[in-house]
Parts: sequence; C-alpha cells; structure tokens
Amino acid sequence: MATPTSSRPSRALLILFVLTIALGATAFIQGAKSVRLGLDLRGGTSVTLVPRVAAADKQNKLTAESIDQAVGIIRQRVNSLGVAESEVTAVGSGTNRQIVISVPGDTGRRIVELVGQTAELRFRQVLLEGTPGVSVVDTATAATGELTEALKAQYAAYDCTKKENLQGGGGDDPNAALVSCDRTGTVKYLLAPAKVVGADVSTASSVLDQQGGGGWMVSLNFNGDGTTKFGELTSRVVSLTQPQNQVAIVLDGLVISAPRIISAITAGNAQITGNFTQTDSADLANVLKYGALPLAFDQGEVQQISPTLGADQLHAGLLAGFIGLILVLIYSLLYYRGLGIVTVGSLAVAGALTMLMFLVLGKGIGFTLTLAGIAGAIVSIGITADSFIVFFERLRDEVRDGRSLRSAVESGWVRARRTIIVADSVSIIASVLLYFFAVGGVKGFAFTLGLTTLIDLVVVFLFTKPLLTLLARTKFFGGGHPLSGLSPARLGSKRAITTIAEEA
Amino acid sequence: MAGSFGARLYNGELSFDFIGKRKRWYALSGVLMLVSIVVLSLQGLHLGIEFKGGASFSVKKVGVSIAAATEAVKSTGLSSEPVVQLIGTDKVRVQTGILKPGQSAAIQDALAAKFGVVANDVDYQLIGPSWGAEITKKALYGLIGFLIVVVLYLALAFEPKMAIAAIIAVIHDVFITVGIYALVGFEVTPATVIGFLTILGYSLYDTVVVFDKVRENTRTIAGGSRMTYSQAANLAVNQTLVRSFNTSLIALLPVGSILFVGAGLLGAGTLKDLSLALFIGLATGTYSSIFIATPILAALREREPAMKALAKRVGQRSSKESVEVTAGSSDGAPAATRGPRNQPKRKKSRR
Repeated sequence: MATPTSSRPSRALLILFVLTIALGATAFIQGAKSVRLGLDLRGGTSVTLVPRVAAADKQNKLTAESIDQAVGIIRQRVNSLGVAESEVTAVGSGTNRQIVISVPGDTGRRIVELVGQTAELRFRQVLLEGTPGVSVVDTATAATGELTEALKAQYAAYDCTKKENLQGGGGDDPNAALVSCDRTGTVKYLLAPAKVVGADVSTASSVLDQQGGGGWMVSLNFNGDGTTKFGELTSRVVSLTQPQNQVAIVLDGLVISAPRIISAITAGNAQITGNFTQTDSADLANVLKYGALPLAFDQGEVQQISPTLGADQLHAGLLAGFIGLILVLIYSLLYYRGLGIVTVGSLAVAGALTMLMFLVLGKGIGFTLTLAGIAGAIVSIGITADSFIVFFERLRDEVRDGRSLRSAVESGWVRARRTIIVADSVSIIASVLLYFFAVGGVKGFAFTLGLTTLIDLVVVFLFTKPLLTLLARTKFFGGGHPLSGLSPARLGSKRAITTIAEEA
Repeated sequence: MAGSFGARLYNGELSFDFIGKRKRWYALSGVLMLVSIVVLSLQGLHLGIEFKGGASFSVKKVGVSIAAATEAVKSTGLSSEPVVQLIGTDKVRVQTGILKPGQSAAIQDALAAKFGVVANDVDYQLIGPSWGAEITKKALYGLIGFLIVVVLYLALAFEPKMAIAAIIAVIHDVFITVGIYALVGFEVTPATVIGFLTILGYSLYDTVVVFDKVRENTRTIAGGSRMTYSQAANLAVNQTLVRSFNTSLIALLPVGSILFVGAGLLGAGTLKDLSLALFIGLATGTYSSIFIATPILAALREREPAMKALAKRVGQRSSKESVEVTAGSSDGAPAATRGPRNQPKRKKSRR
C-alpha cells in the first residue's frame, strides 16, 4: 500500500521544460504571434443557414452533395467581398446539416444580404406602369390577353409607398403575373408571367457603362436555351406600345430596371442598368453568376457584432479572468500558506501552456478563442486549482497520520493521483460530449474546457508533484515551518501531538 | 483555526452526522424538487429569443433611452410590441419577435439614425423560428449522452452503486437549478444551457472526491465489525469536508468574478448567463455530493446482505462493549480507517 515510488522530480520537470520549449518553438515556426480571436471578440458577422426542406424530402434533397454545392456558391459570393479570413463551412451531419458563414470586421449587413439572397431572377414583360400609390382602376387600357380586369384591380390597390412592399424576398411564381415595385418605391408595375428565368443566365459581370452616363452596369450572357427564349420575348414586345414594350428585370420580387426594348435581342446578351454604384453592380453580378442555391435556406441565426462591442467583450473576459485568478491565488496563499506558492507556480505554468496551445492550435487547426471559450478557460482555473487542493489535503492527511513530509508527498500522491484522474476524466468526458452535441458558441466553451483540463493533468503530474518532492527536501517545508502550510503541529499530526504531550 | 478544524474532522473528533440524518436532507431536497417541478409547470422558464426566434438589437451610445429606442423601432411599422431594456447607462437593447426579411435592416437603420451612430455599430442578432428547437434538441442529446457515458465510466472506475448515487445527485442538481431559474425568472439562453451542462461535470467532480474517500474507508470493513458501511461513509464525508469546501470555494471564485464582470460591465450576455447558471449549479452540486449522493450510496450498500450482516455485528459488538461507546466512538473511527489497511482480508471486501 502506498509504497513511496522512487520519484525523479528533476526528470519530470525536464520533460515539462522540453514540452514547453517544443510548443513555443512550434508557435514560433508557425509565426503565430497572437491568439486567433472569434468574431464575438473582434467584431464581425456570422450567419447560420438552415436548409428549408419539407420533412418528406429530407432524405432525397438534403444530401452532402447539395450542401457542398451550396457551400461552394456561398463561398464564392462571400469571397467576392474580399474580406480576409472569411469562412464558409458546413456543420452537422446527416439531415441535420447547416452552413455557417463568418466574416470578420465591419462588413455590416452586406454579407447577410448576399448570402441570404435566393437570387430569383426573372425577366417579365411590363403590362402596366404607374405612380407608386394606390390608384384608380385604369379603364383606358383594354383588358386583353394577359391583362385581365382582376389583375388591373389588384394593381390599382397595391401601394408601393408602404415599406413592407419594398422588402422583396422572392418566392414569386414565375408562371403567374406579378404586381411589384421598383426597389426605391417610386414606380409600380404589373408584370406578365416570366418567360426567362435566372437559370437561363450563363455568366454575369460588372462593367463600366462606356456609352451611357458612365455608371456601372451588369452585363449578362444567356445560355443556348436562354438566348432563344430571350430572343422570342424581345421580338414579341418590341412592336408593342409603351409600357408594354418594356421588359422588367425582377430580382427577388422587386424590379431592378425595366428597359424599353428597342430592337429584338437575339445574340444572347443583355445589360442591366439602374444607377448602380460599383459595389452594387459587382454584388448583383455575383448573385446572378453564382446563381440560385440548390436548396432554399432559412437564416437560423444571424449575429452582427461591431468591433467596439467585440473589444468590450474581450476586455470584460480578460478582466473577469484576472479577478478570478487573483481571488484564487489570495485564497490559496491565505489558506495553504507556503503551499499556496506551489499553486501560484502551477497556475502560472498551466497558464503559459494554455496560451501556447491557443497559439499553436490557432495556426494548426484554426482554433479561435470566443467569449464562451474565455469563460471556459476561466472556469478551468477553478478546476485546475481543485486538483491541487485534492493533492494538498491528501498530503496534510498523510502528515496527520504521522508521516514525514517526504514520505507523505509520495504516499499522498499515489492516492490523490487516482482521485484527480477520475475527476478530470469526468470533466473531459463532459467537454467531449458538449463539443460533439453542441452548436456554435458551446463548442468553443467545451473545447477550451477540455483542453485546459488536459493541461491540468500535465501540470499536476509534471510540475506540482515534482515541485513538492523537491520542496519536501527543503528545511522550510520538510521541517514543517509554521508558514509552510504543512506544519505537523498545526495540522494536528499524531506524531506532533505525542511529542508535545511528552514534553509537557 | 482552520487547520485544527480540519484535523479534528479527519481524526473523527469532530463529526457531523450526515448519513444518519439523511431523512432530513432527503425531505429538504424532496421539497425543493417538488417546488421546482410545480414552479416549472405553472410558470415555465423565461426563454431567450434564441429559443423562441426573434431579433435583438443593441446600441451603445451616451444618452440612449428606452423611450427613444422604442419610438425608433416603432417607426419602422413593427406590429408587435418590442421589449426595450437599458443596460448600464449607455447601452440599450431591443428585442422583438420574429421579423420579416428586410425588417431587421429597417430597425437597424432607424436605431442608428435615432442615436446618431452608423448602422454597422448597431449590433444585432437574428434567430430563426426553428433554431431554438434545434439547440434544445442538441442540448438534450448532450445531456442524455453525458449521463449514460458517465454512469458507465463511474461504474467501471468505482462501482455501479456509486455511479447510480452520483447520477441521482446530478439530476437533483439540474432540477433545483432549473427550478431556481423558473422561480426567479432569469432568462434562459444557450449560454445558460452550456452552464447547466457544465454543472453536471462539476457536480460530479465533487462527488468523485467524496466517493474516492468513501471507497477507501469501506474497502476493508466487510470482514471486520468495527463500523457499518454508513458509519465509514459518514467518516469519509467528514474527512473530505474541508476538501469539498475548498474545492467548491475555489471553483466559485472565478465563476463569481465572471458573474460580477459579466453582469456589471457587459450587462446581459454570454458571460452573465453562463456564470449565473454555474454559480447556482455549483452551490447545489456541493450540497448534493455531501447530503444526497453519499447518503443514497450508503442506503444502497446497506441493503446488501454482507453489509446487513456487518451492521448486525457492529450492533452486537457495541451493545456488548458498553453503552458509553457512543461517546468514545470518535476515537474508534480513525483507528478503524487506518487499522484495516494492515489487515490481510482485503480481497474479501470486493465481493
């Protein structure tokens, strides 16, 4: 039972030293200078997209392939923004897949609009055009062909000055007529069913309009099928009277522009103009080029954090960690006196190792530190200190049983070791499960908690225990100085009590 | 002096009867759990927008006010009533129900215009209606998975009955923590759920420390007749009392500082939600490992024939020796802990 194992404290300390140097060297070689911070600490936008698929279709439609395809399209859209370190990843498995987009910095809502767009592009012939407000039913234009009386009434009742009618959102049936507004809410349209749709477009690019006013526009090329259909549409309307000789370009239910067709376009290309800025036209071209996503998505979660708030959160997290650490140190020093110094040293080593791991993992596997992660690390200060307490209390129990400190360190360690391993294993099990089951921020918390618990094990085995073995050889601790926290008399050791009794 | 207090607990000179009075603690916990269930079913939890779906906007600017924020939000034609809170003195948070596409941008713009900041400085979070169901489901899977794996692990590392007792204590902690949330009406967010899940690990940490000592104390008692399983377990709880207190306190210190900074500096948010759940859970966790887990373990083990026989022998012995043993038992206890270590009958106790 508890036979003092021949311990070689200097060897353990050497291993720890080599380990730390190796980690430090890895970080240096990788060129990792600072911990990668999550979006909640440095500001940025994250969007989680959840596929919108009917339950019955989940097995068929929601395949790894369709998700990968969607990730590819969204990634291209996001990359077009040119923000470094943007990420688009698929998470989850089976029918539970989601796409997480995170873009650091102050991109604002552009990113949300860009990835959220269903990009339903339609080309529709204009049937009626007029002022945005509610109007009287137009009796001058005869109801012929697609222009029914019912549609005319619907058009008259529609109000383009209302904000909710200017939000777009798509979902319009291409085979039905549509009452819609232009994006600024200044013109109201009644539009015929769509003859040409987004899928007919092969490429789109943003170009500077050389002939026109010098503004930006989007140049479109149709594929074979699209060329034919667009040719038919333009040839048919070109001879009609205003406004029916216009073809509206409708994106997500709103009219971007409705140019008059001067001649039939059969060459398979078209331009969209509409007072675009360079950014607008580039974004629109991207949306059109990368096309509609293979799946419809709901925005499960959107989070936009300004760099100011990010900095505040980082600051608060660090402050909380600092206060927590100081409190733990003060308590250990007050309660365990000399042993408290061992706690201070061990926590410092654990802190250094944690920092190095953050650096190395940041470069290596793209680990980012989030606010929840910081919280995990702070909570782990407690867990790490707990394992020292388990050991110290064991040690004191052994001293109470009348052992000398040198043998108490060894026999106390054998027992404390078991407790620490079992208790830490439970923590690690908890964090692994949290990591695999959780979403978003929880993952960051679980990861840091698991990592720091592992580091705790390393520190206790390779630092705290060897250090105590060495300290037990010193006069201060081994001799049971009152301030060492291991004084046999203070602890009420059997041996000390007998000695005192004999003296008295 | 704490040191001598610890020593007296260790030697058994000072002993709290945790196990003998277990009915009292069971009753207390039973009442608390009942209250939790009643409050939970009557009042439910105050769920954050992450579970219900909705949007949350926040602006930090000196001079913000609830009235101005409400006015700005309403000007966008929002039909439902927004929930507007002032956080600290210079931050305002607006929560709304589920928004239509584009509405969030309108609200962001309105708030930005009202308080004279750029739209990108209005932080916001949008949660789709199905999102909450998703995270709730995952949290539940995590909880169930955790309980199963830990029961198996503890059954292997310790013994099956210890695993059962530990899990009962954990379930007890979760119930009471959730009950407190329902009662006080604290907001439950995903960060709170992380907190709940972490409590499980934490509460077990405490229980593991106590059980490890219980196992050590009871390893060899079956062959002897000095103390019953309950007495040995009670001694273990007393011996680890200082340890439990210190580990819990040290664990609470950083959590308390997160709570303090999170609630004080940032107002609502991840840090506050997480640490509040941890704080409450840690406190109940410490209570349950001492007052619930060990008594349940003792009750389970006392039903075994070997332990019944032991209790009988101990009873006979103490009545034979003298009635005053009760007074002297404090000296007998530590002797019993150390004594059996040297006894050769260790193998028997495993059975």
